[in-house]
Amino acid sequence: MTSPSDNRIDSKFRDLRERGQKAFVAYITAGDPSPARTPELVWALERAGADIVELGVPFSDPLADGVVNQLAAQRALEAGTRPSVVLDILRAIRVQSQIPIVLYTYFNLIYAYGIERFCLHAYEAGADGVLVLDLPPEESQGETGVGSRLGDGSLRRISLVAPTTPPERLPKILEKATGFVYYVSREGVTGMQEHVATSISGRIDLLRKQTSLPICVGFGISTPEQARTVAHQADGAVVGSVLVNRIAEWGKDADLPRKLEEFARPLAEAIHS
Amino acid sequence: MQKVLTQVPDATGHYGPYGGMFVPETLMAPLHELTAEYEKARADQAFQMELKFLLEEYAGRPTPLYLAERMTEKFGGAKVYLKREDLLHTGAHKINNALGQVLLARRMGKKRIIAETGAGQHGVATATVAARFGLECVVYMGAVDMERQALNVTRMRLLGAKVVAVTAGQQTLKEAVNEAMRDWVTNVRSTHYILGSALGSHPYPMMVRDFHRVIGDEARRQILEREEKLPEVLIACVGGGSNAIGLFYPFLQDEGVRCIGVEAGGRGILAGEHAARFQGGSLGVLQGARTFILQDSDGQIMNTHSISAGLDYAAVGPEHAWLRDLERVDYTYCTDDEALKAFCFLSETEGIIPAMESAHAIAEAIKLAPTLPKEHAIVVCLSGRGDKDVQQVAQVLGL
Repeated sequence: MTSPSDNRIDSKFRDLRERGQKAFVAYITAGDPSPARTPELVWALERAGADIVELGVPFSDPLADGVVNQLAAQRALEAGTRPSVVLDILRAIRVQSQIPIVLYTYFNLIYAYGIERFCLHAYEAGADGVLVLDLPPEESQGETGVGSRLGDGSLRRISLVAPTTPPERLPKILEKATGFVYYVSREGVTGMQEHVATSISGRIDLLRKQTSLPICVGFGISTPEQARTVAHQADGAVVGSVLVNRIAEWGKDADLPRKLEEFARPLAEAIHS
Repeated sequence: MQKVLTQVPDATGHYGPYGGMFVPETLMAPLHELTAEYEKARADQAFQMELKFLLEEYAGRPTPLYLAERMTEKFGGAKVYLKREDLLHTGAHKINNALGQVLLARRMGKKRIIAETGAGQHGVATATVAARFGLECVVYMGAVDMERQALNVTRMRLLGAKVVAVTAGQQTLKEAVNEAMRDWVTNVRSTHYILGSALGSHPYPMMVRDFHRVIGDEARRQILEREEKLPEVLIACVGGGSNAIGLFYPFLQDEGVRCIGVEAGGRGILAGEHAARFQGGSLGVLQGARTFILQDSDGQIMNTHSISAGLDYAAVGPEHAWLRDLERVDYTYCTDDEALKAFCFLSETEGIIPAMESAHAIAEAIKLAPTLPKEHAIVVCLSGRGDKDVQQVAQVLGL
């Protein structure tokens, strides 16, 4: 067991803060187009300037995801990306990268694996955090709180705050939160959108009063311009579906990693500028 | 025991270890708001009076408790009574819940209604109440189900609803629920999601149960009038389990009344060939609730099969899982073939064409009635009528 300060997510945000920079958090689905190709895609994103990678652990019923991520999960599952394979992918990534990695998934996969066992194995394989879309803090409390042990130990528990979250709910969420807070920029599922919600700055100010954790904003950010706007107001911007969409399009190309890197670079530059 | 049986869920929506609220954060506040509004409505005399009026004057309650005389004679055992939910407006019990929830939607000022549907009965009920209250309505339905329940698709469209085909996964009820939840999470401020079975996140399993308990309340009163005693057995089919919990709930404290829930055995209890969660399932979390689920060892949800679209679903309502733990309700299953035989049997013997879902309950009654003494009474929930299934059955039987 390492001390909390050794977590790659924490030290990444410390470094960024010292440099006065914001985090480019890049999401892709593990195993899309195949488990073997995921490590090179992560390395490509790192070369492009990604600060943190979120790896989707594909689930059969991703009800918080839009069609782009649903199809990616389907491709990944067809390519045999079981949770244990995602751990293999993590180990392969770690051979040549120390980029902070968050596993992004649905609770049933972790529940089936065994919560403590999953957290331990994921940490040992090289994960730094876990984000569970369908596990609110209510299911992590008291006797029936099946999720209470998630994020104990060394994995950071990335928690979601939504535009519909009333202020009085924040303490309950933040009590469990470590690593960073993921602010969902709009009501809806993951996916690209033309306009980013403009109401986020007030919400982020409110959050800042209650937590010293970094705040990253995601859902629907797909252009460098949007990423810049969001990063300006928060500590980081999460970009997902637009990358996943590129992977879907270029999946069969031999130079997919290079193409993804070139595509991601302007996003990184916009966020870091 | 008595308290345990009826004072569920707890304040956080749990039935013992089951149930709960496993949903994305965006839905937590709306679900809390829905819970609070429902608690208020439940205690509001005016709300209850209006619902009662609509159930009686619009939907056609109370429904008869009909003694199936020829069926009873044929088996020479227990008397078989049918709770005739098939006679309700729209042809199934689903209207009970749809009416309750549409009144709730109106109270909350929601202008748009969405729903998922498997067999189409809940979709039709929702489209109906949306038309009745002048609300926009969108129904999500698996493309496979749209084909096998085409009649109900046409009915929904005639009622002014938009029916959206869901082509993900195996294109049945589970995928329709996913898509309805995606719509809701996107439009949650304007939209009420009328979930159609006793499943999903709290407060749905509780609310749906409460709106359907009228089935059991009436049946209890009716059988006491007819037989001057309680029935020995209650039988209902269990997909999510709304008609079953509606029938069973008012009898749960009557220890002498045996309750039997019938799941869909499909082509037999082999992976992917059935929808009997208590036979081949295990504990998991799907679409908002912790309950019994058909899943592989990784927790990926498995394909299901049933001849009946309404029972073809990978999870069971959480309260059923709890009642099974408490050994208060027995759960069994019947296969496609048995259901099909029961479908034909009831049609020919009683002149009643049952929904294929309800035919599963009839099939269990056919097995059980001959084994019980004549003075026993069985109440079977005939949850819907079979018009929607006629074409599919004609195909299977080559009629």
